[in-house]
Amino acid sequence: MPTTHLRDEPVVLGDDPSFGGEVQIDYPGYRSTRLRAPDRPLVTLPESFHALAGPVFGEDALDELDHDLTQGFGGEPLGERIVVTGRVLDTDGRPIRGALVEIWQANSAGRYHHQVDRHPAPLDPNFGGAGRCLTDDDGRYRFVTVKPGAYPWGNHENAWRPAHIHFSLFGRLFAERLVTQMYFPGDPLFAYDPIFHAVRDPKARELLVARFDLETTQPEWALGFQWDIVLGRGGGATPLEEG
Amino acid sequence: MSLSPTPSQTVGPFFSIGLCRRPGDELVPRDHPGATRLVGRLLDGAGEPIVDGVLEVWDATERRWGRCGTDAQGSFSFVVAKPAARPGEAPRLDVHVFARGLLRHQLTRVYFPDETEANAVDPVLAALPEAGRATLVAEAEDGALRFDVRLQGDRATVFFAH
Repeated sequence: MPTTHLRDEPVVLGDDPSFGGEVQIDYPGYRSTRLRAPDRPLVTLPESFHALAGPVFGEDALDELDHDLTQGFGGEPLGERIVVTGRVLDTDGRPIRGALVEIWQANSAGRYHHQVDRHPAPLDPNFGGAGRCLTDDDGRYRFVTVKPGAYPWGNHENAWRPAHIHFSLFGRLFAERLVTQMYFPGDPLFAYDPIFHAVRDPKARELLVARFDLETTQPEWALGFQWDIVLGRGGGATPLEEG
Repeated sequence: MSLSPTPSQTVGPFFSIGLCRRPGDELVPRDHPGATRLVGRLLDGAGEPIVDGVLEVWDATERRWGRCGTDAQGSFSFVVAKPAARPGEAPRLDVHVFARGLLRHQLTRVYFPDETEANAVDPVLAALPEAGRATLVAEAEDGALRFDVRLQGDRATVFFAH
């Protein structure tokens, strides 16, 4: 691994509830933001834009086993088997049905099935780490997978990402598009992670953490986690009517 | 009831295993009438190519969508067709930009270079200063459309609040 140096500024800044639900896009502790976070003021669009419908995906976007990351490779992946499920809602609490949910993650050893990942942890021949599904009429998604491992990432000295699953979601509105990460409760790495802490409001940060749920846990088979996702729509726009 | 939206997090460097499993860069088939290639590069504040970015293009008029990850040169390529204009607006495509280092995706749009008159009166374009306006109009190049996306600097692409 290349050696990285601690910088003058702290990797993690203190809480700042004034950010509300917004992530701080130029968060200094996450080095890659420096040359990538836009540095010019954002331009405001007409209010009507925020009510624009987004793309709709159907069953043809899916393969039969896409929701089950433990299948499709000829054997069982190593690691803690888990069920991750929850509802996709709009800010009025209404379920968003038919939402495409795409996920990707490291394997249980903290290694991604990706050629750029050089972490010297083993690949698992039985784990690809990607899944997708559509939400049902109740807005619910459900994946079967293994718990991803933490991994080092070179952002600063001895930097480790807390275990997480990447989520990509399409709502009904174009403005509801969301890419985020789901974390696991009680992870000791939270305190050191600048990506997690770029959400400055601790209440908003909690929304990124799944809840262990004994009801979802399946006896003799898999631990269960619940994580609801709320898609904002920006601009305070009126949502589309249900059609 | 008003729920707090789930915050955004970066797409990270390994999104291709989840987001680019299937080819998705054709909003229309290559033999579609008026099909044209939309090509460009995603560039950081030092002008260097971003090799771990992904763009999504949405044609809200014709309801066509596509996605393309950037390659080792920071390049992306879509097959698009110009949508019909909405009343009082110039035809355009809406674009989401994701990358490692972007904690939230960015929103921009592509206008068409052969729509000079419509572009001149489009309410969003017309409200921008000339330099910003120019970043949103693709350039005709060898039968394709070129649209480079610069995340920072004097020539930075205009991004919209969303």
